[in-house]
Amino acid sequence: MSLRIVVTVKYVPDATGDRHFADDLTVDRDDVDGLLSELDEYAVEQALQIAENADDAEVTVLTIGPEDAKDALRKALSMGADKAIHVEDDDLHGTDAIGTSLVLAKAIEKAGFDLVVSGMASTDGTMGVVPALVAERLGVPQVTLLSEVSVEDGTVKGRRDGDAASEQLQASLPAVISVTDQSGEARYPSFKGIMAAKKKPVESWDLSDLDIEAEEVGLDGAFTKVEAANERPARTAGTIVKDEGEGGKQLAEFLASQKFI
Amino acid sequence: MAEVLVYVDHVDGAVRKPTLELLTLARRIGEPVAVALGNGAADTAATLAEHGAVKVLTHDASEYGEYLVVPKVDALQAAYEAVSPAAVLVPSSAEGKEIAARLALRIGSGIITDAVDLEAGDEGPVATQSVFAASFTTKSRVIKGTPVITVKPNSAAVEAAPAAGSVEALSVSFSDKATGTKVTARTPRESTGRPELTEAAIVVSGGRGVNGAENFSIIEALADSLGAAVGASRAAVDAGWYPHTNQVGQTGKSVSPQLYIANGISGAIQHRAGMQTSKTIVAVNKDAEAPIFELVDYGVVGDLFDVVPQLTEEIKARKG
Ligand SMILES: Cc1cc2nc3c(=O)[nH]c(=O)nc-3n(C[C@H](O)[C@H](O)[C@H](O)COP(=O)(O)OP(=O)(O)OC[C@H]3O[C@@H](n4cnc5c(N)ncnc54)[C@H](O)[C@@H]3O)c2cc1C
Ligand SMILES: Nc1ncnc2c1ncn2[C@@H]1O[C@H](COP(=O)(O)O)[C@@H](O)[C@H]1O
Repeated sequence: MSLRIVVTVKYVPDATGDRHFADDLTVDRDDVDGLLSELDEYAVEQALQIAENADDAEVTVLTIGPEDAKDALRKALSMGADKAIHVEDDDLHGTDAIGTSLVLAKAIEKAGFDLVVSGMASTDGTMGVVPALVAERLGVPQVTLLSEVSVEDGTVKGRRDGDAASEQLQASLPAVISVTDQSGEARYPSFKGIMAAKKKPVESWDLSDLDIEAEEVGLDGAFTKVEAANERPARTAGTIVKDEGEGGKQLAEFLASQKFI
Repeated sequence: MAEVLVYVDHVDGAVRKPTLELLTLARRIGEPVAVALGNGAADTAATLAEHGAVKVLTHDASEYGEYLVVPKVDALQAAYEAVSPAAVLVPSSAEGKEIAARLALRIGSGIITDAVDLEAGDEGPVATQSVFAASFTTKSRVIKGTPVITVKPNSAAVEAAPAAGSVEALSVSFSDKATGTKVTARTPRESTGRPELTEAAIVVSGGRGVNGAENFSIIEALADSLGAAVGASRAAVDAGWYPHTNQVGQTGKSVSPQLYIANGISGAIQHRAGMQTSKTIVAVNKDAEAPIFELVDYGVVGDLFDVVPQLTEEIKARKG
């Protein structure tokens, strides 16, 4: 039986761009170019490796996002994923983590799955909670923040490097995993991959396809509210000296003046 | 007065500093009730009482060590149901965020992660967050259910505030999902004898400019002269010069010390994301154009192999 892998990927504003908030205090997606979150490239990579090591597997990439989020799906398809699902609905604008996990879980169930692979965090929201929430909703094991992962005989194993210890984890499929940027460099799409991706199927679903009411998601359904967003004042220009042999001593003098020594 | 549930991060009964900071913040909203789980849970009580916990709910079971995350969610939910708190505060570690999120979902609440400050508000606690690589500061509120908020280390001063801290056994029955993910082996991190990176008052970091694992001894010597933790950029970590646990930045630790010293680090946005909120920032870099200099209070344009050892010597001399 084929191993059905669903990879959740997010389309995010480029972190090196000048990111802002829109008037409704959601992330402004108009002024900065978007792209497949770099941290989700690692998820696509591990999903492809797991699929390559399985007898028979199918990798579906799933995103919730605006029209342009198709670019993220295309990138994942050109890396080698088999097909894509785009959940797009105007009512999704402003959805928070709890709502995102609802939509992802419904879409994953509709698609059918044995393994869900997510990134460690999105590069815009950086919450790192969606995979745990999706596991909770699907009622399957959460095997998250893995720096190393393998799947064999219906069992997923991996290494989670925590603050206090490094742990070896194990769970039976179906399961939700997330992988870190230590899990292995993501491949670049080949020219062939880019051409092939153009022909791969991308399904579009809206909220009604998932039996979700508009009030459950979006800004209206949100469980949290951003009340103010202010640009951090630029740091006041500091003192910069050129080392002419006394740089270390000058720095020590500064640290002493600030009572660090 | 309303009670506020505080999830205790401890190692075999030794309470970690971020939990004590949470108690300071919890007291702005109500009376802190602490929840300590696993081996040594009851040993946390004295420290927690000293810092304001009116009650300490404890529970120990082998499940906490043998399975990932879910047993702790079950227990925190049991505590939530026993206390009916006004808010639930959890330290913002990777695990803390996962526990908090699953609890929020179960109790029909919203979640805010990585708060750097917390105030009481007319309509419930208001959390301050630092977003987009710390280029923006936001104020947010949970508007449905009981606010579940995770708070970053170094967000408040630890304050002594003696309270009763009476220990009560929490009764927990684990859900059938609790044993889904087994921990088959655990290798504790070796102690370096230096302060914990996220908790340290001073962090000394090295980047690609350090140019080799063996040269990190220069960074460590400076750190030790200041009693600081050692950090590294991803470039240094990816090169294998320093462990990933010491990485500062978006995909590493996020630090907010009194003093951050960046050596041979260019200051890429993903690095800034993890250190930009430091109170005082100092950099040594041989390239005057390096973006890190936009952040500094004091910068030295020079070769770190000259500047850093001289600085270390001078600090040692001044400290006598
Ligand atoms: C998704 C994603 C996540 C990332 N997460 C992180 C993260 O968590 N943390 C992180 O740090 N990076 C992260 N990065 C990488 C980041 O973009 C940079 O590549 C990285 O921070 C660069 O490290 P560096 O400053 O040490 O190296 P470089 O950018 O190469 O800079 C080295 C600096 O050292 C200086 N130098 C060289 N020799 C000397 C000398 N002898 N004396 C003094 N100065 C010298 C140079 O002038 C230069 O400025 C991430 C990237 C991505 C895409
Ligand atoms: N809108 C989205 N569409 C698809 N996947 C998402 C979305 N948001 C979050 N994810 C997944 O959840 C992971 C963690 O996101 P977060 O909890 O927002 O930091 C990401 O790396 C993605 O795999």
